[in-house]
Amino acid sequence: MGEAIAFYFIAACILGFAVLVISTKDTVHSVLFLVLDFLFVAALYVLLGAAFLAAIQILVYAGGIVVLYLFVVMLVNLKRPPEAHSDPHRQTRLGFGMAAAVIVELGAVALYSTGKPVVPLASAATAAIPVSGNTEQVGWLLYTSYLIPFEIASMLLLVAMIGAIVLAKREL
Amino acid sequence: MVDTLVIPILKILIVLNATLVAVTYMVLLERKVIAWAQSRLGPMRVGPYGILQPVADAVKLMIKEDITPTRADKWVFTAAPIISMVPALIVYAVIPFGPEVNLFGRRVTLFITDVNVGLLYIVSVASVGVYGIILAGYASNSKFPLLASLRASAQLISYEVAVTLTLVSVILMAGSLSMVSIVRAQESSHLWYAFVQPLAFGIFVIGSLAETNRAPFDMPEAEQELTGGFHTEYSGMRFALFFLAEYANMIVVSSVATTLFLGGWLRPFPSVAMLSVLDVVPSWTWFLIKSFLFLYFFIWIRATLPRYRYDQLMRLGWKVLIPLAIANLVVTGIVKVVLL
Amino acid sequence: MITSTHYMFLSAALFMIGVIGVMVRRNIIIIFMSIELILNAVNINLVAFSAQLQNGIGQVFAIFVIAVAAAEAAVGLGIILAFYRNKETVNIDEMNLMRW
Repeated sequence: MGEAIAFYFIAACILGFAVLVISTKDTVHSVLFLVLDFLFVAALYVLLGAAFLAAIQILVYAGGIVVLYLFVVMLVNLKRPPEAHSDPHRQTRLGFGMAAAVIVELGAVALYSTGKPVVPLASAATAAIPVSGNTEQVGWLLYTSYLIPFEIASMLLLVAMIGAIVLAKREL
Repeated sequence: MVDTLVIPILKILIVLNATLVAVTYMVLLERKVIAWAQSRLGPMRVGPYGILQPVADAVKLMIKEDITPTRADKWVFTAAPIISMVPALIVYAVIPFGPEVNLFGRRVTLFITDVNVGLLYIVSVASVGVYGIILAGYASNSKFPLLASLRASAQLISYEVAVTLTLVSVILMAGSLSMVSIVRAQESSHLWYAFVQPLAFGIFVIGSLAETNRAPFDMPEAEQELTGGFHTEYSGMRFALFFLAEYANMIVVSSVATTLFLGGWLRPFPSVAMLSVLDVVPSWTWFLIKSFLFLYFFIWIRATLPRYRYDQLMRLGWKVLIPLAIANLVVTGIVKVVLL
Repeated sequence: MITSTHYMFLSAALFMIGVIGVMVRRNIIIIFMSIELILNAVNINLVAFSAQLQNGIGQVFAIFVIAVAAAEAAVGLGIILAFYRNKETVNIDEMNLMRW
């Protein structure tokens, strides 16, 4: 009962702030609504029992990536007043058409899947985790079964860091 | 019902009120200590020995005129001090002041909650606190605060990396992210982590001086630079909130350092039985004493050291502290594996 | 009773809002932020199924999605800044230097 109230409240906030992100005229307000959206998504992760992922969402997404967006928005707004960047809305009908298509598809999936039993994944990774607790489980998986993607992700971040510095420098 | 609802609410009320009173009296403490370091007396007029000075400050700031710059973003202008203050206060949810005690016949834990990812929660909440500074500078619609806020937030996010890396070394030693487990790990290994990880402790202290915009790293808010920094356009209660948020951040950082490096609520030499006469002092008093020593150290540094220039500050953060923190982490990892 | 179907609907709705944002807005920074909404929708789906099947794989995948999103945001914003320095615009209709 409490979980249902929490879920509906958090879901309403997530969708509400997402709509505000894409419809606000002022870019800085858009970025702020995005931060609030990410904080509510982190709350949703806590509701699902993924406490580590919730903390990572706040630390990386809300506290890192969106700060980057805010810096760029402020640097872009610096030379011109905000009203100079006008925004004629185009492709509106195509956007709403695609949304309607996704709704129809979801309805079909929901109708088709009622009454089918849920088949759990039987993989070796689940059975052999000797630690308990959400952070320990995620850490175990990251360092044993998924070590190679982990290392590749760190290489990707290194390359992205170097690329971003080179791209944004004034003189090379 | 009582255990799950009434007691946590009581704890939250006590902790919040104590924190806000402590923050207000920090202002007086700082003025007094800096005055004594400079051979003068500090505030002496209001109340005996100036004890009621914070009350006078609060009244003055509350009755000041509420000025908002024209063409400033009203909502963001009002929200920025709040965004600065809230992360400083909600960190107290996971800081342990003491172990379980018997109060009125009930076992009560002296912390509000013990989350499994307590330390990660503290780090993530601290990273959200940067928004208050960025938005304050932007919302003022004026050049000096904007540049100062960009500088201040760049300083904050640079030193956040070094501080987080030192915290990872502590997590490696303790084997857990929960704050209570870290204190218990220090209890069971009979050594405070300040002695086991001196380099991490040093980097944490320097990094937290920069994180809270305290001297010698207070370039973004000093009056001689950039005419007062990101809170130039703020006056009255909003300025008071920024002011208080900075001191609240200081107290939070001291509490976190006490818990992680100085043994939290443990008395000195917890394993030496001869000194068990020290047990007459309750656990939370040890915590407060250690935090207070940390705060005094912060004020002492402000009275002593000159200010860093901005490029020196960034060079220190990126080129000195981060490589040292990474090296400390690597050595800790190797030692943990070899001595397992 | 909140089942994974509820989370799937929420994730699909957030995905739709992100897609509409990419299609409708012309400011390139807002388009990038709508892409972040899409990535978050995918993450919600992954974590919901990870909770239902009691397998940590979903959360590990979500961590990788967050890492890739960070890399993409950094490089993308670097490109935007470099372009803005040359052409002084963030309107995607005016970013047509390579059009024939």
